[in-house]
Amino acid sequence: MSRIVRTAADFVYPFVLIFGLYIVAHGHLTPGGGFQGGAVIATGCALVIVAYSYAEVRTWLSGKVLMGQEVIGLLGFIGVALLAFAFGQVFFFNYLNASGSLFGTPVPYGINPGELNTAGVLPLMNFAVGIEVWGGLTLVILYMLSAFSADKEVS
Amino acid sequence: MKKMFVIIASLLVLLAAFGAVAATLTFGSPKMTTMDDYFLKNGQVQTGSNNECTAVVFDFRGFDTLGESTVLFCAVIGVALIFRKMQAGEEHEDE
Repeated sequence: MSRIVRTAADFVYPFVLIFGLYIVAHGHLTPGGGFQGGAVIATGCALVIVAYSYAEVRTWLSGKVLMGQEVIGLLGFIGVALLAFAFGQVFFFNYLNASGSLFGTPVPYGINPGELNTAGVLPLMNFAVGIEVWGGLTLVILYMLSAFSADKEVS
Repeated sequence: MKKMFVIIASLLVLLAAFGAVAATLTFGSPKMTTMDDYFLKNGQVQTGSNNECTAVVFDFRGFDTLGESTVLFCAVIGVALIFRKMQAGEEHEDE
């Protein structure tokens, strides 16, 4: 694309990334969550891929990194859920909630201001799913663009 | 003529379905509320999440989210399979 589009993409890209990370991190307090935030981040990646050409993006972005990101996200999600067995609980039990440790501040019933350090394993799962959706959607865009480029170089 | 008849018939069926649902269910007062009441009453304390949607999606219905993630993973694997680099011995329909 032209120089104007590239400059605008350079300017907008960090804000899209920060907004997506905000949606992922505040999934247990505000509307949104892992899937939505990951999709927003993937949109920012798509913006960069479109602004710079596919061939140029391929030189500094490997498909293996995104695939690893996706696998790590899914395995982290399952791992966080499986870790409940170590605490003597059932699968997907929220063992960190109201425990006083990481994300363990108890939440009272009713209207409260909302604190980031709450909700137990939910933020961890949100991060895992966000990383997975980020890698997965960006990988889909890269694979589909590879069909339209001259050299079908996707590893 | 036949096509017109089919279009009108399907529109009537859709209208009847919508009317039946709208007539039997009143807005704001669902028939089965046991589950909803439980989630709204205990979700905030049991999961520590102020966002009730996240509490249901990631905690009470965690298995569904696991399936959703798996579906996304399989979709990406499928796209990777379709758009993969062709090997030398493989069939090439268009090249």
